[in-house]
Amino acid sequence: MEDTEQTTYRLEPGQGAQATLTLKGRLDHDGTASLWRPCMRELRALRPKQLTVQVGQVEYCDGAGIALLMEIQRIQADSGGRAEIRDLRPQFRQLMALFEIDHQVLPPKPLGPLANAIHNIGRWAAGLFFDFTAQVSFIGEICVKLLKTLFHPASLRRSDTFLMAEKAGVNAVGITALLGFLIGLILAFQSAAAMQKFGAEIFVADLVAIALFRELGPLITALVLASRSGSAFAAELGTMKVNEEVDALVTMGLDPVQFLVLPRLIAAVCMLPLLTMFNLLFGLIGCGVVMTTWDVPISTYIERVSEAATLGDVVGGLAKTFVFGTLIAGIGCLRGLQTGTGPSAVGDSATRAVVSGIIAIVVADGIFAVVYYFLGI
Amino acid sequence: MADQPIVQVKDLTVGYGSTVILKDINFDVRAGEILTILGGSGSGKSTLLKHMIGLHRPLSGSIVIDGTDIVTAQGQQWLDVLRKIGVAYQSGALFGSMTILSNVALVLEEFTDLPREAIEVIAQMKLKAVGLQAAAYKMPSELSGGMRKRAAIARALALDPKILFLDEPSAGLDPITSAQLDELVLELSRSLGITFVIVTHELPSIFAVADRAIMVDRESKTIVADGRPKDLRDKSEHPMVRQFFNRRLEKVDA
Repeated sequence: MEDTEQTTYRLEPGQGAQATLTLKGRLDHDGTASLWRPCMRELRALRPKQLTVQVGQVEYCDGAGIALLMEIQRIQADSGGRAEIRDLRPQFRQLMALFEIDHQVLPPKPLGPLANAIHNIGRWAAGLFFDFTAQVSFIGEICVKLLKTLFHPASLRRSDTFLMAEKAGVNAVGITALLGFLIGLILAFQSAAAMQKFGAEIFVADLVAIALFRELGPLITALVLASRSGSAFAAELGTMKVNEEVDALVTMGLDPVQFLVLPRLIAAVCMLPLLTMFNLLFGLIGCGVVMTTWDVPISTYIERVSEAATLGDVVGGLAKTFVFGTLIAGIGCLRGLQTGTGPSAVGDSATRAVVSGIIAIVVADGIFAVVYYFLGI
Repeated sequence: MADQPIVQVKDLTVGYGSTVILKDINFDVRAGEILTILGGSGSGKSTLLKHMIGLHRPLSGSIVIDGTDIVTAQGQQWLDVLRKIGVAYQSGALFGSMTILSNVALVLEEFTDLPREAIEVIAQMKLKAVGLQAAAYKMPSELSGGMRKRAAIARALALDPKILFLDEPSAGLDPITSAQLDELVLELSRSLGITFVIVTHELPSIFAVADRAIMVDRESKTIVADGRPKDLRDKSEHPMVRQFFNRRLEKVDA
């Protein structure tokens, strides 16, 4: 085979500031790679005024070889010298003509650290502002269209709404129930350790029931919905946006908010309270399991729970879920509709939907805590 | 050298599962020629291409590229074949998270020992050859459809392949951009001696670039025509081939 032929170079200084560089063998990717670094180093060190590159014995030359020849010419030009390529075979000369670049395009200059910082702060602030205005206008749009749908219920895509309710609600029953059971179990177990010192195991029922009804049940279920369905909404709508399906809806005279967002929003708002109830029920069962291991009779446990948790606790907890559901679906859909272009856009939207959904849930929960405190609920 | 087959397709049967799309087809691609694979929508021309570049396994038969049967090739042999071919996909398939230059430089970085500066020069050369040097540091999403296809060709050229497979290079492009692309193919073929296998159904491109055309048919699952595009247009006996090249519907009596 011909590739056994070594690719070699020899740089010989001649009279005056002249030099001759002789290249031999195959100037393919591997051959060129083997001699690029040493050859360039020697050439830079020698800095000849007039360089003759003898390539008559080059049997094969591809893009890499041409690059080598061009780099030699460039180095010569940079050091104020000249380079002459001699005896290049005609077929390679053609290659050179096709590939020859007179200058290299440089990457865009990065900003200095200070300018960069100012640039980033400005971008961040502008982004925050636009995001805020987008959210406000989106909330307004949803409110108006929800009201409209309230007066004209027929305009709602009923089959879509039920499909979404199934996906976001029915299919999530298992995971919410399991999480509820485990949380009830863990909570009971952890608090019992403290309560046992006072011989007050029975009050574990109070603690778990109130904690679940008022805080944990709604919060955990909302987190499940945000991560399961909020991200799904964003990804679905994002894909539709990328595929121009959203544009198709607009040009058909169908409003994307009415057509895509409302079914998801209504489904999420209706499903979250129901899911929360499942979560609570299984939370209580989990707590009950722990209680029975301490020989507390089931009937006593149930009595304790119904005494400890008032209707206010239950309703107060469930009331939050309506707000959480709205936030999750709204943010998920908004992020979906904001999807940009590019392969990672849909993934980014889904991530943003989950992150801002969770933040919104926690912030709303805090506001509820303050409001409930002042209302004395 | 020009008449030596560089790709040999022998008794190839392709399909998915139990559905056979093409049955027992045979053809050669000669070194240095520009071959177009034609056919109506759904006739299996893209499927044939995907088999020729080894993305799918054929149901039976063999595909020999430059002496290696890619159906049975494994390990290093398989990688060696891949270095001889370049593929430009229909929509470009450029990596969206990298600049155009990095897209071209990727295989050079992965498969050669060239220093960074050399890779940079080579990548810029390839981009220059397709007329995209100015866009080197742009992202694929900033380019138009035609530029993306040219960038895909530059990426396919990165390792100086002997054979370049193009999947519908001019689909969705305006006539001018499409003609520029044809010009590029001819220039690469002339100056680098690259063999082209092009899947297309754009008549003007076929007449502009193709040395030879083969046409696959969904009904008979075979190659129904093989020859110079002009000859096929003027002399073919097959009604479908005539319809295709003359771009009109002819009533075919059953």
